[in-house]
Amino acid sequence: MTALVAPAARRRFVVGEASVPALARGAQLRFDPSRGRWVLLVPERVLVPDDIAVEVLRLCDGARSVGDMADALAGRYAAPRAEILADIAEMLQELVNSGFLIEPTEKQP
Amino acid sequence: MSPVPDSATVVAPAGTDGLALLEPEKRSLAATYGIPLSVLLEITHRCPLQCPYCSNPIELLKANRELDTGTWLDLFDQAADLGVLQVHFSGGEPTARKDLVELVKHASAVGLYSNLITSAVLLTRDKLAALADAGLAHIQISFQGSDPAIADRVAGLRNAHSKKLEAAKWAREVGLPLTINAVMHRQTLHLLPAILAMAVELDADRIEIANVQYYGWALKNRAALMPTLAQIEAMTEIVEAARERLAGILAIDFVVPDYHAIRPKKCMGGWGRQFFNITPSGKVLPCHAAESITGLDFDSVRSNHSIAWIWQNSEAMNRYRGTGWMKEPCRSCAFREVDFGGCRCQAFALTGDAANTDPACSFSPHHAEMLGLAVEEAEAGGDRFLYRNFSGGTREADDAAGA
Repeated sequence: MTALVAPAARRRFVVGEASVPALARGAQLRFDPSRGRWVLLVPERVLVPDDIAVEVLRLCDGARSVGDMADALAGRYAAPRAEILADIAEMLQELVNSGFLIEPTEKQP
Repeated sequence: MSPVPDSATVVAPAGTDGLALLEPEKRSLAATYGIPLSVLLEITHRCPLQCPYCSNPIELLKANRELDTGTWLDLFDQAADLGVLQVHFSGGEPTARKDLVELVKHASAVGLYSNLITSAVLLTRDKLAALADAGLAHIQISFQGSDPAIADRVAGLRNAHSKKLEAAKWAREVGLPLTINAVMHRQTLHLLPAILAMAVELDADRIEIANVQYYGWALKNRAALMPTLAQIEAMTEIVEAARERLAGILAIDFVVPDYHAIRPKKCMGGWGRQFFNITPSGKVLPCHAAESITGLDFDSVRSNHSIAWIWQNSEAMNRYRGTGWMKEPCRSCAFREVDFGGCRCQAFALTGDAANTDPACSFSPHHAEMLGLAVEEAEAGGDRFLYRNFSGGTREADDAAGA
């Protein structure tokens, strides 16, 4: 019986300040004009990000690091950078675990 | 072909990830019923497989009744205008249609998130690459087991399993997110740990552990498919352990099978609330099994009506919307807007009246009877299948089952 281990090709990762996440092909962030809100389309589901989640997801472009995102948001919200960083990392980790966020392969060690 | 899971929870409360599932907002019954989220496109009933649990109707539509390419393209325009966000290409076997790449391309071009629900046995690597180029967002491949002999017997097609394995590998090579759909029943539940391992090995993002839903062909095959109580218990344990072990590796979708549930599922997210289905000939249904309810007249896109008109005005679409149609015990039930009384098709199949409470609900007077029936059929143990085909089904040879 085969062991239940992830194959090497697996792209899931632990989100840290240096991570550079991008939305996976199966996860599409869109503004939906019919409902007047942003939606994240994923396999068999439609998710509704809240306003902050939309801001963060729009920064997930495969170029910015999570640290860059924290910098950008710390300049606009009255909260300590460390707190913002932790919130972003927590939110993104859930999306990584669901397979909706990847780290583009060339960025991987 | 497999059921589309209902996106069942209410908007808010957002979890720690700041994301909630989208669902129509509460409106008065007189108002419109919101905007449909997704559409199941049954573009053909043709299929090289003969699975005994197929969710297609017993009376399958022949190729010459299918909508043509141009009609489908127009329907995608209409669906996008209406606010539909996702389309699921299904069947039958959707890759049996030669125009699939063109259909996917157009659906993607008008902004629809395109998902392919396939048995994968007709796919080539080139076809997958073309589908990916056309904008396909995701592919769901069905598996009938992990053991080739068992899987091929369930599918009623030789070498089906090995073709699926190959196609799943290609799907990952061309960069498509992959869901494995594993339809489980009494004759394959013992394979569940191996099926989970197979999904990991195939580098799938996700697996749906789908229990057979007993309408259409599956209802005819219920005695051969119904799991035992011991299997259901073991299944739940295996899934829970796997979810923990495979967190961050494989997402696992699993719903307790109806006959062994206490609360009914919020079928389709509620009749005519967020989903509809288009049959190969263009009928618009509130769910893919709705034609099993006799006495409902479904409108067709071949009429003079737009999809938007049908969604809002079709008598069949309005028949079981909201709560006004309910009888007791649903009518006064605290859960009436939580699950909308469960599944209309199941209520019809088991009680003869689609307006009755789904017997999967413990408040249904038929609930005990349903569970009793499940236990009895599971233990009687006749394993021969009635295979799905265009001639009303073919009984499996005597010596093929339970070998």
